Amino acid sequence: MKTQGKVIGIIANLVMVEAYGPVSQNEICYIETGGTRLMAEVIKVVEGRAYVQVFESTRGLKLSSDVEFQGHMLEATLGPGMLSKNFDGLQNDLDKMTGIFLKRGEYTPALDDDVDWDFIPLAKVGDNVKGGDWIGEVKENWINHKIMIPFKLTDNFTITFIVGKGKYKITDTIAKLEDIQGNIIDITMQQKWPVKLPIRAYQDKIRPFKLLETGVRTIDTLNPIVEGGTGFIPGPFGCGKTVLQHAISRHAEADLIVIAACGERANEVVELFKEFPELDDPRTGRKLIERTTIVCNTSNMPVAAREASVYTAMTICEYYRSMGLKVLLLADSTSRWAQALREMSNRMEELPGPDAFPMDLPAIISNFYARAGFVILNNEQTGSITFIGTVSPAGGNLKEPVTESTKKAARAFYALSQNRSDSKRYPAIDPIDSYSKYLEYSEVHEYLAKNVSENWLELVYKAKDILLRGKEAYEQINILGDDGVPLEYHEKYWKSEIIDFVILQQDAFDEVDQSTPMQRQKYMLEKVLSITDMKFKFDSFEDVGLYFKRIINQFKQMNYSEYESENYKKYQNELENVLQERKID
Amino acid sequence: METKAFQKIYTKVDKITKATCSLFASDVGNEELAIVDGRLAQVVMIIGDKVTLQIFSGTEGIPNNAEVVFLGKAPTLKVSDDLAGRFFNAYGEPIDGGPQVEGKDIEIGSPSVNPVKREQPSKLIATGIAGIDLNNTIVTGQKIPFFADPDQPFNQVMAMVALRAQADKIILGGMGLTNDDYLYYKNAFDNAGALDRIISFVNTTENPPIERLLVPDMALTAAEYFAYEKNQKVLVLLTDMTLYCDALSIVSNRMDQIPSKDSMPGSLYSDLAKLYEKAVQFPSGGSITILAVTTLSGGDITHAIPDNTGYITEGQLFLRRDTDIGKVIVDPFRSLSRLKQLVIGKQTREDHPQVMNAAIRLYADAANAKTKLENGFDLTEYDERALKFAKDYSKNLLAIDINIDIELMLDTAWNLFTKYFQPAELGIKKDLVDKYWKNDSN
Repeated sequence: MKTQGKVIGIIANLVMVEAYGPVSQNEICYIETGGTRLMAEVIKVVEGRAYVQVFESTRGLKLSSDVEFQGHMLEATLGPGMLSKNFDGLQNDLDKMTGIFLKRGEYTPALDDDVDWDFIPLAKVGDNVKGGDWIGEVKENWINHKIMIPFKLTDNFTITFIVGKGKYKITDTIAKLEDIQGNIIDITMQQKWPVKLPIRAYQDKIRPFKLLETGVRTIDTLNPIVEGGTGFIPGPFGCGKTVLQHAISRHAEADLIVIAACGERANEVVELFKEFPELDDPRTGRKLIERTTIVCNTSNMPVAAREASVYTAMTICEYYRSMGLKVLLLADSTSRWAQALREMSNRMEELPGPDAFPMDLPAIISNFYARAGFVILNNEQTGSITFIGTVSPAGGNLKEPVTESTKKAARAFYALSQNRSDSKRYPAIDPIDSYSKYLEYSEVHEYLAKNVSENWLELVYKAKDILLRGKEAYEQINILGDDGVPLEYHEKYWKSEIIDFVILQQDAFDEVDQSTPMQRQKYMLEKVLSITDMKFKFDSFEDVGLYFKRIINQFKQMNYSEYESENYKKYQNELENVLQERKID
Repeated sequence: METKAFQKIYTKVDKITKATCSLFASDVGNEELAIVDGRLAQVVMIIGDKVTLQIFSGTEGIPNNAEVVFLGKAPTLKVSDDLAGRFFNAYGEPIDGGPQVEGKDIEIGSPSVNPVKREQPSKLIATGIAGIDLNNTIVTGQKIPFFADPDQPFNQVMAMVALRAQADKIILGGMGLTNDDYLYYKNAFDNAGALDRIISFVNTTENPPIERLLVPDMALTAAEYFAYEKNQKVLVLLTDMTLYCDALSIVSNRMDQIPSKDSMPGSLYSDLAKLYEKAVQFPSGGSITILAVTTLSGGDITHAIPDNTGYITEGQLFLRRDTDIGKVIVDPFRSLSRLKQLVIGKQTREDHPQVMNAAIRLYADAANAKTKLENGFDLTEYDERALKFAKDYSKNLLAIDINIDIELMLDTAWNLFTKYFQPAELGIKKDLVDKYWKNDSN
């Protein structure tokens, strides 16, 4: 029997409900208004009153409207068919909605129940299973989508029936389980899971160690992210956050990508909708959209659903991770999510923390980041969720609560700098302010030594030092004037500029330069560092800049050419000639 | 706003503050309109049977036995083709002496377009201003504000852009416009003979500030009618959004909400996004493009209003007085149009992106040279050339009183390149240089 209730108060999208029975925190309810049902979530319970946040506009809602509590939290529907879908924050399939404008109270099912999937059983009658175990698989695009025992079933069960190879719909019973009391449970290919709770159907979460190649050099070479790692990108508007995230989503070496467009511009999401079905995934040759799920709650969609959207996206990731896949979650932007929390906290008249954000913001953020990670599943397979979030700090000030809380939770930090962006040095990730904690992991050291090169880490730190020294030299030159400093200052500065122009800067719109495989990055770093080690002969400071510009130009032409192609080799030779001109042995 | 028969009239107001009043009433919907002592009000809070109303024109003189009648609907606008050429106040009532507009009664502030049903913006809007067309091309379905200090001629530039933009309809949402500026717009549109495609919703400084909150929604509701139902290219001008935000903060303050940064309400981002995101390209061909003005205080873009705006809009335009030429230009460094990539070099000549970048880079070199000069360092010969280029570039292209088409802008840029530089100094792809470099012979 579902608990009923009546509306007793309305402040914007916060509604107070008198409940005639038990209600639980985060329970979902529907409020009846003029023939439509508005979905809402309980966010506070005081005595018999539930405070619920409505996921839609409450315009026209009246006192005493009927409310029906659902007895469960906000749940995602998980099963084959989520790839290539465009969901809203509550996992409604946006493409199934009628009309050009969103309609209040229109909820569409997340999965298609009319599709036949080719099911192959992976388990047999008599097997002992529990939540998360694989009992079959279907092909979803090119991914082997494992059909799993629902995560909610945490006890031990015995399979008493399983269908053979064949075509089934997500609603068909494909297996029956028996628990120790002898109760029989029907299993279909879809299951539900409350989005605010992490899925823990794995043995162990280990320290991540494997590099996740993004193709973005300033990340992979200088401050790498790892499979199962967490990173964040704060930056003022106009610094290229979104372009950078889109670049990562295109080239990152993940099995599948979930993009949570959280409170951002609709036209940017439209870009994903229009381009991803066209763009090729460089690794498989298939279209990018085939490995992508978009969860989108753009800035004009209801605020409360914005908060839900990041959880929905994370739950979808956890589901695919449990199949042993490498998942990448990109959220743009987590600040909008935090703002949604602030709006609700404000309406509930909670005592505010810094900048009027709720006091528990740091805890909420770190709990969320903690859902990423590299896991060993119960069947010894591995899976991972790598999470990269963007933060839009108010006024570009990194000392605001969302950035600071995120800094404590995420392990890689990619600071976008206004200065770099103003001088069109893209991606505008500041090489000196940014860091990756993963460079300190001994597991990562081992991995890099084995898979990139023995002395890779040494080279990376060396490049960082040269950048720092170059910056210092540049400051001196600016204070004292071009001819007020010794020649070697110019040389130091320009050597750091080679690293900047050749390795850090990357053209996201060029076909070749937009993504660089690790092997090529290795060659580039080694080559560049061999030049910064050289000694050159100069007569005046004007020579220094002009000469290094020529070196940079040869490198740039190489960057625009296919690795080891004819053209590439031509520029490589020209580079050698330029180097011979002034090199001292 | 007439009352209908058999409506329940309440006469006992329980509490009156500067902007709101509360009373006990039943069967009232959230955001419903009411008339309190002859003034329009809207339900903002219902707790038990106590209803709080926000009174748009302020509560001065409202007695606690005022007559209150609920209208049973949210604010609406009557839309039809008759809106064209008319001037309205914030409630959508005519202020030009003309008759009431008949048409379909539409609730303002309706839900947004389903993102998967949007079309990617792709049609260029030509304004004749090089600072926009050449450097920061805008497209239909885009939303972009001018970030301007109060002393800058943003209203003139907006009017100019609007008139040149070749839109089917231009809808002006004026919030806290001074009467002088209101008349300026009216005359500018009138003189251009464009009145029949202009619709204005105006709240002047003489009107109560809370009324402003209705203006953008009114303007955008009218825009949606023409863009969606009539497949027209609609340009919406919103000025000044800073005053709109100030009105938001007044209301939130009266409702005892905890202010966030710069005393603005915590929901500022969502409030602004709800308006700006109405900019859209419909698949059927109609579009809504929003040009707004956000006035800054002392050029500070870290203030909550411009900051939140910047995260929502697709770029921003800065005006600046160039003292070298004594004219106002669109600042090439700080201005940005995020959607220009969709059209430049595709709908415009192939050399557009490279010419744009090269010119800005050279202009930046000139800025560096200027700093050098100011710090007392010697200029190189290149610096001298860059400075001369910058002056010509500013005068012949960036100044907002120049009105030429994009092709001519590109040719002008090539002329300047040829005059002051060598091809190698441009950093432009070789085949484009071969094609467009102005030899002495031509």
